[in-house]
Amino acid sequence: MTSSLRLRAGLVSIVLLAAFLGIWHLATRSAGTAATMSPEYAKLMGLTATQGKSAMPGPLDVGVKLWEHLRRPFYDNGPNDKGLGIQLAYSIARVGTGYLLAVLVAIPLGFLIGMSPLLSKALDPFIQVLKPISPLAWMPLALYTIKDSSISAIFVIFICSIWPMLLNTVFGVASVRKEWINVARTLEVGTVRRAFTVILPAAAPTILTGMRISIGIAWLVIVAAEMLVGGTGIGYFVWNEWNNLSITNVIIAILLIGIVGMLLDQILARFTRMVTFPE
Amino acid sequence: MSTFDDPFDADRSLQSGCVCGQHRSAGEHEQAALALRCEPVESEEKRYQGVVAATVMRAMFPQDVARRAFLKSVGASTALAALSQFFPLQTATEVFAQAGAPEKKDLKVGFIPITCATPIIMAAPMGFYARHGLNVEVVKTAGWAVIRDKTINKEYDAAHMLAPMPIAISLGLGANAIPFAVPAIENINGQGIVLATKHKDKRDPKDWKGMKFAIPFDYSMHNYLLRYYLAEHGLDPDTDVQLRSVPPPEMVANLRADNIDGFLAPDNICQRAIYDGVGFMHLLSKEIWDGHPCCSFAASREFITTAPNSFAALTRAIVDATAFASKAENRKQIAEAIAPANYINAPVTVLEQVLTGTYADGLGGVKTDAKRVDFDPFPWQSFAVWMLTQMKRWGQIKGDVDYKAVAEQVYLATDTKKLMTEMGLSPPATAYKSFAVMGKNFDPAKPEDYVASFKIRKSS
Repeated sequence: MTSSLRLRAGLVSIVLLAAFLGIWHLATRSAGTAATMSPEYAKLMGLTATQGKSAMPGPLDVGVKLWEHLRRPFYDNGPNDKGLGIQLAYSIARVGTGYLLAVLVAIPLGFLIGMSPLLSKALDPFIQVLKPISPLAWMPLALYTIKDSSISAIFVIFICSIWPMLLNTVFGVASVRKEWINVARTLEVGTVRRAFTVILPAAAPTILTGMRISIGIAWLVIVAAEMLVGGTGIGYFVWNEWNNLSITNVIIAILLIGIVGMLLDQILARFTRMVTFPE
Repeated sequence: MSTFDDPFDADRSLQSGCVCGQHRSAGEHEQAALALRCEPVESEEKRYQGVVAATVMRAMFPQDVARRAFLKSVGASTALAALSQFFPLQTATEVFAQAGAPEKKDLKVGFIPITCATPIIMAAPMGFYARHGLNVEVVKTAGWAVIRDKTINKEYDAAHMLAPMPIAISLGLGANAIPFAVPAIENINGQGIVLATKHKDKRDPKDWKGMKFAIPFDYSMHNYLLRYYLAEHGLDPDTDVQLRSVPPPEMVANLRADNIDGFLAPDNICQRAIYDGVGFMHLLSKEIWDGHPCCSFAASREFITTAPNSFAALTRAIVDATAFASKAENRKQIAEAIAPANYINAPVTVLEQVLTGTYADGLGGVKTDAKRVDFDPFPWQSFAVWMLTQMKRWGQIKGDVDYKAVAEQVYLATDTKKLMTEMGLSPPATAYKSFAVMGKNFDPAKPEDYVASFKIRKSS
């Protein structure tokens, strides 16, 4: 039953993809109305102007270009032109660093706040104000104070991924069942031991959900941050190709950003499943 | 007149006797052929050799009369040969070309991918930095504000900036006041007003009321030139039209999407809009002010004082590259060198049209203007004074400003002049010149009167 459902779902997916590609192909087909112009003039003009070619590339153009990129993902033609593999590696490294720093801060802090109702109440207004700030709004401030663009990018990742983790940790820790804590208390378990053996496992699924939300946001933000700061990374690649109005390369980058984002999310989803427990 | 004009050009005035102006007659100039500095030389080595040889010659014959007599009797080439017998001219030339050893060899220079940055960019692939003993990484940057911040933060040692930016930064407009300096202008001319194709019948600016225009940055020649142009046609740029700061790459996309009606933008963006069939060239910026500066090569005062030799070597490399770029026959080669993704990242055809000046105008015609973009490094202080008058005119500067002091502090005309003389080029004698913008004369000695003479300006 389930296997047949999966098969049917897969079929529908393929049909949808084919339909999408077909419509895309038809929509971007060359209109074929070549404007009349002198050959001397036409030589100086782009294909969009001379052959009425759509400014939007078709799926075939994108496919050809994608294959070109996949064949040599790690080339390095100098500081402003590197292969897609290198660009993605830069972005993932930035996200990884900022995100790990956020984990190191958010989870212990979340534990403290969650275990202490006083701190929880006292810090709440600050967190509520800081949480909704768009991470990119921090960018000018970060550039100004840190005076280093790549550290600023990491800081922006840090600041955007910290809030979901912090709030989820606080919530997870605060909502551990009272009975379990009381049982631990009657057995005279110390505070530290209680935190690690009772509260942590109980709150783990909520914490990991926070982490999963965070990684998604971090990946969303890195592209925008790199477009602003430039230099390296997949966001810079998008900006550089946009600079050349190469929509084909922008589409390829969008596709890759989506795939990497999905992989990051799947990794954390797997971790979440590992710590989930039936009640 | 460009510093690199052919001295044998018949149009060039020869009031002071010879083509270089240093000798009393053309004959005497020929006689002084040993001192090659007056002649157009084909290679850098030869030019330096000329400077060194001239110095040695002068040291040997402190009396000018004796030197001339010697030269007349044996001839320049014999004299040079005799001289090199006992003086290692070759070695001396090499030593001279190296000048002081740079304090810092590995430098980072930021640029924005537009053709204005041609000398800065091409100096990397074509080896101009290496020739002056530097290892320079040219880094593409996302926008003017970012390039400003990265240079202030010392991530870049020097950078490509719009000509008014170093003035604005030094004055603390739109940033903290940090003293910056300009040793060389990148390019002159090379911008244009492009309108969306649907406006092809609205060629009179008087019909432009209510239109939306894009400019690259508030502190840019583009802003001042567009405002000037509109105001001369009776439109108040602050109330009659909308001016938006838009990063150059986004301009073409916005023009296609109909978000703006036109822009005054740096080149390869203008030509790109035409190439993609979304706009046409209304006017080259050259037609507003022939010979206007656009972008500059800038560094902070701090860098100049901590690494003076590196800075001098950088300036020499840029001046060299600019000299190379100013020659029409080199332009095609340059277009190919700067087109790849590592540099400007644009189709070669587009860059060629910009640099060679033979271009499609977007209306079906092919036009030719060899001076569409030109390169001349000399940082005229009168340019800086003009920019200050426009900053004042449009309310970017409030209160009084000492035009001359600011211009002299930021635009390093004296130092560049010295450097250019050492390199065997012939820089102009003064740092101020008057020029005409749309037929109206500008006298750098009377900036306040100039500002007051405009009817349309921000009242404050």
